[in-house]
Amino acid sequence: MTYTQIGLAGVIGTVLLDLVVLRTCLLRRRVFWAAYAIVVFFQLLTNGVLTGLRIVRYADSAIIGTSTPTFLGSGRIAWAPVEDLMFGFTLVVSTMALWVWWGRRGVQATPSAGPPRPPFLALRRWFDSHAAGGSRPPGPEGSAPRRKGDGQAA
Amino acid sequence: MSRFAYCGVLAFIVVGSVWLEVGMRTRVVARWRRFLLAVTPVVATMVVWDVYAISRGHWSFSPTQTLGALLPGRLPVEELLFFVVVPFAAVLTLEGVRSVTGWTVGDEPVVEAGERGDA
Repeated sequence: MTYTQIGLAGVIGTVLLDLVVLRTCLLRRRVFWAAYAIVVFFQLLTNGVLTGLRIVRYADSAIIGTSTPTFLGSGRIAWAPVEDLMFGFTLVVSTMALWVWWGRRGVQATPSAGPPRPPFLALRRWFDSHAAGGSRPPGPEGSAPRRKGDGQAA
Repeated sequence: MSRFAYCGVLAFIVVGSVWLEVGMRTRVVARWRRFLLAVTPVVATMVVWDVYAISRGHWSFSPTQTLGALLPGRLPVEELLFFVVVPFAAVLTLEGVRSVTGWTVGDEPVVEAGERGDA
């Protein structure tokens, strides 16, 4: 199999892991997509170094593009083969889903994350007053409890 | 010095994310057992993928820009560390976003609908 084929299998397997096997359904939560946007930005940056400097080299026959790193085009994004986005998705999302799954099963569900420390607490305060729809009072509490049926329409 | 190139990228990922544990109180390091349980099957899967890809020549690693320490399957030691460091940064990011936004992730204690568990 080529890298392209294994990469697609990795993405499909990871989606099934999250939605069907573990039922963590991270892919339906805005918290995930916000975090993943940050992760992808840094993936493009760090992987651009790994591939642009040819620390990792790829065979023409295994990828959509060619073995020559290009910033954009011929199957490459920020020097890296597009297949690396599938590789990264598999690595990152399956770990996140398992992290949530273990927490759901009661393995170190606490101490839960947050709130940020000053000066970052200002971010949370801003968020509570501007972006959260005003449903939650601003304050130093941690994350809100999950409600039954929550998350499907996040 | 160029043989530390891959190590440098790994160090950047760690430094760029681990501050969230303090600044955002992500408490991922504090819950390291849960992280290890989550990441171990993923590391195992990715190592299998990687060793297969190396054996089939899908990709290779610069001998001058890596330490040269190879694990079974000709897997550079940096690559194994990558499979721990990147998920670590990703979980820190997820918990960092939760800390800042208060958005639910799915592992919060269940309360009945309509109940003000956060009041």
